[in-house]
Amino acid sequence: MILKTRPHLTQNEPLLFESSSPGKKGYQLPPLDVPAVDPKTVLGAEHVRDEIEGFPEVSEVETIRHFTRLSTWNYAIDLGLYPLGSCTMKYNPRVNELVARTEALAWAHPYQPESLSQGAMEIMAELERCLAEITGMDAVTLQPAAGAHGEMTGIMLIRSLLEKRGDARKKILIPDSAHGTNPATAHMCGYAVQNIPSNARGLVDVELLEKAMDETVAGLMITNPNTLGVFEENIVEITKIVHAKGGLVYMDGANMNALVGIARPGDFGVDVMHLNLHKTFSTPHGGGGPGSGAVAVKKHLEPFLPYPRMKREGDQWAFNYDLPESIGKVRAFYGNFGVLVRALAYIMAHGGDGLRRATMDAVLNANYIRKMLEPYYDLPYKAPSMHECVFSDDRQAKKGVRTGDIAKRLIDYGFHPYTVSFPLIVHGALMIEPTETEGKREIDLFVEALISIAEEVDEDPQLVLGAPYLTRTSRVDEVTAARKPIVRWRPQAAVGKAAD
Amino acid sequence: MRYLPKSESERREMLEVCGAGSLEDLFSHLPADTKLNRALDIPNGKSEYEIVDYFREQADRNATGYPSFLGAGVYYHYRPVLVDTVVSRGEFLTSYTPYQAEIAQGTLTTIFEFQTMVCQLTGMEVANASMYDGSSAVPEAAMMAVRITGRDRILTSRTVHPEYREVLRTYAQHQGMPITEFGYDSESGALDLADLEAKLSGTLHNKVAAVIVQSPNFFGIVEDIKAAAALAHKHGALLVMVFTEAVSLGLLEPPRDADIVAGELQSFAITPSYGGPFAGIIATKEKFIRQIPGRLVGETKDSRGNRAFCLTLSTREQHIRREKATSNICTNQALIALMATVFMSVYGKEGLRELAEQNLAKAHYLADGIEKRFAGPFFNEFVVKCNGTGPDVVNEKLLAKKIIGGLPLGKFYPELKDCMLLCATEMNKRRHMDEVKSAF
Repeated sequence: MILKTRPHLTQNEPLLFESSSPGKKGYQLPPLDVPAVDPKTVLGAEHVRDEIEGFPEVSEVETIRHFTRLSTWNYAIDLGLYPLGSCTMKYNPRVNELVARTEALAWAHPYQPESLSQGAMEIMAELERCLAEITGMDAVTLQPAAGAHGEMTGIMLIRSLLEKRGDARKKILIPDSAHGTNPATAHMCGYAVQNIPSNARGLVDVELLEKAMDETVAGLMITNPNTLGVFEENIVEITKIVHAKGGLVYMDGANMNALVGIARPGDFGVDVMHLNLHKTFSTPHGGGGPGSGAVAVKKHLEPFLPYPRMKREGDQWAFNYDLPESIGKVRAFYGNFGVLVRALAYIMAHGGDGLRRATMDAVLNANYIRKMLEPYYDLPYKAPSMHECVFSDDRQAKKGVRTGDIAKRLIDYGFHPYTVSFPLIVHGALMIEPTETEGKREIDLFVEALISIAEEVDEDPQLVLGAPYLTRTSRVDEVTAARKPIVRWRPQAAVGKAAD
Repeated sequence: MRYLPKSESERREMLEVCGAGSLEDLFSHLPADTKLNRALDIPNGKSEYEIVDYFREQADRNATGYPSFLGAGVYYHYRPVLVDTVVSRGEFLTSYTPYQAEIAQGTLTTIFEFQTMVCQLTGMEVANASMYDGSSAVPEAAMMAVRITGRDRILTSRTVHPEYREVLRTYAQHQGMPITEFGYDSESGALDLADLEAKLSGTLHNKVAAVIVQSPNFFGIVEDIKAAAALAHKHGALLVMVFTEAVSLGLLEPPRDADIVAGELQSFAITPSYGGPFAGIIATKEKFIRQIPGRLVGETKDSRGNRAFCLTLSTREQHIRREKATSNICTNQALIALMATVFMSVYGKEGLRELAEQNLAKAHYLADGIEKRFAGPFFNEFVVKCNGTGPDVVNEKLLAKKIIGGLPLGKFYPELKDCMLLCATEMNKRRHMDEVKSAF
């Protein structure tokens, strides 16, 4: 039975271009307090464009209604549990939004004098300190713009250190359970990728790793807990194996929400890692970004960090660009500062003790869901769960219902689906990460929904295969979208012409 | 711990279901040598009031209320109120990448509108859902050109934003993508087309994948994109056009002759925020669509025949292709791109033009009567000579009047160490511009 939702009307809304009318305006500029200039005279006629064809012409009221109507077509954390595995969709505290908009922070120009940027620099320094403490590492760069960007930075750091030692080496080892960004990143940094198969328990196969690890391997990219939500219990041994052959260990910190305050990668042998501030540290995903991919390193990698680094000069912060071994800049300026402000506000709200408690609640929620659903869904790997649990659609597939279908049916029950078909080592995966910011009631509703769907699969698989029924948009034809890509709007007349 | 929505009795109930006696029990399987045996050295949790107060205190140590004449890739433009109204809606703010199209049509529709507006603005045929920022869009464009042409050399103008070129160098160093720079004309400040031609036909003959230029360039000068494109094409290279000041596209001829446009939309209602988060774009010709990095939203139908949108062509992307992907990029800048989308909707066709004309007028008023270093046509930035005194002295004078002056150029261009880059937008008042003029 569907308990969480009941249908209500949603508004239809055309695209902005379709509600435009010539001459309609939603803006007013102040009168110019200097003489106007003729663009064609000062720029040359050849540099001046005609009007922007097709650009919107709408009023303020229509604009606000347009975006408000569209917003109601979205699911969001503010509406309920968002159990995407490995995405850590936790509550985004609103005070973070407020402080990020503090005028002298939001309007600070990256090139304004350092003497007039001390507040912004202090915020970054404090965040660097907190993140180093949380990860057990020695230094942190806040420059990377997102997780994958942090990965790229981290692998470049490894490469620089190895080059300095005289041999950059050829390849990176990556467990088969890794995120797709890992191999893509290694490739961008000029490394070949060698997969390390998982063992029967879903953990890195230590024997196979030992065999693969030699002097041609630059390092290992490992996710811990891994994408099954399982802590790599041999992690200390794993890092020793890599180090013994002169390699370095990169940790993908996407799943750090399972470890904060409990265990520190720096203490179990990791040399370099990234953090997704938009996951673990609660900054909003915003429909796909912005993120921030801070990278934490041990002392031996610090000289290679992107410039500039902050340093103390008397009682002032200053930027130091004189870092001859630095890999260079990975992004203009100093990083996604606005995201950094939010992350620090989150850390301050919790404090050390609260961060640890949050981790514990996150792990409690995942284990509770696992226990409640285990009678209904196949759990291929039985190792203890940390912050997420991964089922397979094995039982439901026998009735012709796959993980993607269950996900769509879950939408009718008022929930965003879990991560579908990932990690790849689980056939038909349902990867569920509730995070700590879900209460028992919401989790119980979710569990009941998945149990109810399991029953539907037994009794009437067709019902599940046709879902969702209650959304304003029914199942979307993604195949046609990819076959004949239409990635921009064009006026009807133009579309007709193109078809002719 | 106010973000943890559980009572102690609920925790106990849940622990019981899990067969655990305490929260600590949930971690008992972790090897002892991996565990942290002390509290984190981070002060106790703070109230909302204390947090607001802390950031206010830090903000007070930053410049507050200074009129500023800095540009150089980050611009002060007015942000319509609607922008924050829209992006503060939880449905946009707290949603994820729209993988589940049925319940993400809001985000998907706004991205489709964004892609369309970026095309209209740039004269390109397709645009992606956004990049991290302008600086990282440049190497992504270069890598795209390498894939398309099968060549590996990149030729970039020295008038492309210096930090963008630094980022390009970082990305390129391990990809076998050597970078060569070509110069600018010391009279006009525009591309040195003779140097470009010489480099294209010299040792780099038939090796260059992309020629990268910026317009308006780092000195504010409007470049002749047509001529640069003609040269690039003559030698079988693609032309990548970079922009940092998106408002200029309200007035300037769009770079229709370019093959790839890589730019930064910070000017469109994205606060300077000490350098980020911003939103970059990549736009190109339809024929290169399968080589574009990052997310793309496409139009399709749902099973009832209604128009619907979804992420598309994801076989280019890392989660499917892994090491063979076009890029490792995973996130875009959806919420920031939404700011730009709302901005473009509010200003619209006439507003963006009027805004650009105001910028042009302000900058030309500011430039009138001070000695410009370059003679080329400029939009809202220009390079000024600080004769005798040097830029730092001029800036000190202005700071004494609580005005932030221009960017001294010596750090990026040693040959211009006596010069600064000044910017004026619709936000700069005439009386402050008069103060700046009198400082030279």
